[in-house]
Amino acid sequence: MNTLLPPQQGLCLLNWCNKGLAPYFLSLLYLAMGTALVYAYPRSLPAFLVFLSSTLLIYSLEMDTRVKLGLAFLITVVLMPVIGIRNISYLEVIFQISIFAALGLGLNIVVGFAGLLDLGYVAFYAVGAYLWAFFGSQQMFLLHEIPGTAPAGTPFFLPPDAFYLFVFAAVAVAAVAGILLGLPVLRLRGDYLAVVTLGFGEVIRVLANNLDKPLNLTNGPQGISPIQRPTLPEPLLAALRAVLDPVVGHAVTEAEFYNLFFYLLALTLIVITIVAVRRLDDSKLGRAWTAIREDELAAVAMGIPLVRMKLGAFAAGASFAGAMGVLFAASRTFVSPESFSFMQSIGVLAIVILGGLGSIPGVILGAAVVTILNLQVLQGLSLTLSQLRQSDAMIPIINFPWRSLSSQLDPAKYQRMLFGLILIVMMIYRPGGLIPAERRQRELGEDTETDPVADGGENDDEGVTFGEQNHGGR
Amino acid sequence: MQPARSPTAPGRSIATVVLGQLCLPLGQIVAYVIASSVVLSLLMVAISLALAGSAVDQACVEGLGMNLFVFTLVNLPQVLMDGMTIGFVYATIALGYTMVYGVLEFINFAHSEIFAIGAFVGVELLIALTGAKLLPGISVLAACAYLGLAIVIAMIAAGLMAVAVERIAYRPLRRAPRLVPLISAIGVSFFLQDLIRLVESLTTGQFHRIIPTFGNFDQRLSLASFPLQDNQIEISIQVKSIIVIAAAILMLVGLNYLVNATRMGKAIRSVAQDQQTASLMGIDVNRYISLTFLIGGALGGAAGVLYALKFTRIDPFVGFFPGLKAFAAAVLGGIGNLTGALLGGIVLGMLETFAGAYLSTFTMGAAGAEYKDILAFAILILVLVFRPSGLLGEEVGHKA
Repeated sequence: MNTLLPPQQGLCLLNWCNKGLAPYFLSLLYLAMGTALVYAYPRSLPAFLVFLSSTLLIYSLEMDTRVKLGLAFLITVVLMPVIGIRNISYLEVIFQISIFAALGLGLNIVVGFAGLLDLGYVAFYAVGAYLWAFFGSQQMFLLHEIPGTAPAGTPFFLPPDAFYLFVFAAVAVAAVAGILLGLPVLRLRGDYLAVVTLGFGEVIRVLANNLDKPLNLTNGPQGISPIQRPTLPEPLLAALRAVLDPVVGHAVTEAEFYNLFFYLLALTLIVITIVAVRRLDDSKLGRAWTAIREDELAAVAMGIPLVRMKLGAFAAGASFAGAMGVLFAASRTFVSPESFSFMQSIGVLAIVILGGLGSIPGVILGAAVVTILNLQVLQGLSLTLSQLRQSDAMIPIINFPWRSLSSQLDPAKYQRMLFGLILIVMMIYRPGGLIPAERRQRELGEDTETDPVADGGENDDEGVTFGEQNHGGR
Repeated sequence: MQPARSPTAPGRSIATVVLGQLCLPLGQIVAYVIASSVVLSLLMVAISLALAGSAVDQACVEGLGMNLFVFTLVNLPQVLMDGMTIGFVYATIALGYTMVYGVLEFINFAHSEIFAIGAFVGVELLIALTGAKLLPGISVLAACAYLGLAIVIAMIAAGLMAVAVERIAYRPLRRAPRLVPLISAIGVSFFLQDLIRLVESLTTGQFHRIIPTFGNFDQRLSLASFPLQDNQIEISIQVKSIIVIAAAILMLVGLNYLVNATRMGKAIRSVAQDQQTASLMGIDVNRYISLTFLIGGALGGAAGVLYALKFTRIDPFVGFFPGLKAFAAAVLGGIGNLTGALLGGIVLGMLETFAGAYLSTFTMGAAGAEYKDILAFAILILVLVFRPSGLLGEEVGHKA
């Protein structure tokens, strides 16, 4: 594993901390501090951030990989559930983080490895979600009913534990959807592909909205509900209760167990994704993807079957999204077209771009940052603003009372601005992302002076600047 | 962008300019409108005749009291007028995409938000004028003048915004790999949507705006009417449709003149062909790229006001679908080709209106007007698969 900062650029203090046994003590100390803080202040966001950032510290320090993995396991599987059940909103946050991390890792295969910009990625997620929503609810028996008029006592079509089967089924179905979309469009150049995939995302959303007639497949804009969850075995719950109840300080409810269950399931999927992606990256397929990303013409000249490799990337990316979709449908027990808008696709893209194209730890960090900004910071701002509106305070400098501020101004709804800013700022100042991929780091390392930042500015004279315009079809 | 159709030789007479640069594009517009109207109408009538006596026909008789053929003919004039109106709006937006693509080979994703900014500036101005009691009860001529003022101001605002966007978000990335400026453009698009919302909710407290009614723009002019079996075929057009079409044609012809017959247009075309060589010939490449964005943005802004006039209601996300459809139109016509954008816009507008008007009846209610928004994508995919260079584009080599 590489370090967050190359040694020559790192701070002296970090160098000192990064030798011998020091990082082991440091990370244990930080983790203990974080855990104690969250335990003492279960409602405090800063404490939670300290706790979450311990994973980043552990990742960036120079330690035995086995120890790192052990600590990661300790944090995600042992500490996180306890903290999450003490304050259920944290469990929701990390569940969201893990969903977006898994989606980001899937999109990363398509965009980061193969260099195909997919703006309709959420469509595959929707395919998975609607697959389980249709078969895991009563919808099969409501095909000829008007949306919203389910007769009482309609049975469920499949038993709840068919869920596990459908996780695999969704992988296959989403992969097929990816191939079907890919076949006609993958011959296209990158920017056209982006618009066509965007269109595909919208097509899926419009279909979900309107396929309540002639056959009521999706229940239209109302969405499908209720969707079954897999059953949790009672003896296991009893055993877990015996352990967890005293630690968290209250009797754990079934809803909390379900949250925990889906979080752990998402975590499992992430681990599978990471292993698969790491193996893929060094495989013949992964190298072919990189070659395509760097230069399509050269890749073809080297005998790489372009369309088949691109289809592989599309199908691999789509299949992860499909599996997450099933998980999402079951965890929410409700799906509607609202959840699969273009903004969701851009949100996942923002995660990948922020973290670093092609970088696994980067994408996970990106998912954490974006989700926390989205769920905690923006909503925190909304809360503060609404409190200020109730008070008599004035806005400093312009002396305008908070009270008269338009009630339409709600920071929690300004996700587009957040995603947009992330995309623009990252592209201009740090196109490699927060934790650039190793391969990319090597590329950028050679000529950091000529990265895009340098040729902005006023010295952007005509002539030389355009010599290599559009070169290299990444 | 296409190379010059007519070489701009020194000492041309006024007559050549008028003939070549004003009549030719006008003739093209008329030809495209007539051709696409005739083709689509004949297609529709043929389908309705082919389905005569089928279950669809019977359902139509039961539901609407006329057979499919009559239903098609009765609706046809209105559909053609609406299709033409929206087609010209798409064409005006598509020109912005195609100009930028011609010069930079880059899809300006934020163009749909430039369009929305134009719509908001124009509508806010008209609302302010109504508030100042200038608009109610004025003559048609004065109403047109005020509308023209709103369009011009919206053009200026949208054009300047496009230039600012290029300067901040695209210029630093000009040498980067293709996808980098594209992602930045998507970011700008999202950022601007919320920026409009922010400004609107801070200043007016709401972000759904409705264009005030003034003049007699909603009035219908009846042109002709003749009976068909038990029904009347009415050929009529709304005043605002005439205004939209006239304004769009004026701008299209003006742009054609600007690009093909002036020194400035020549410089833009040279930058589009080869930036390096153009700069060696003493052309300030950055300036002309900014100018391209200014012109494209101004056209988008004007289209925004026209769109608001036609559809009355706007919100910060109003640009999304028209923008995508206009992009599809630009690709349909052959991206980078000004005439192609015009043709693509008209064809797409017509197709969409036809689908909106007839799809529901022809599929017996199974699929209706709600699918017309995704029709553009179907067309986009078909064009890209079978003729990636578009209807009028030339075959271009693979450019990595």
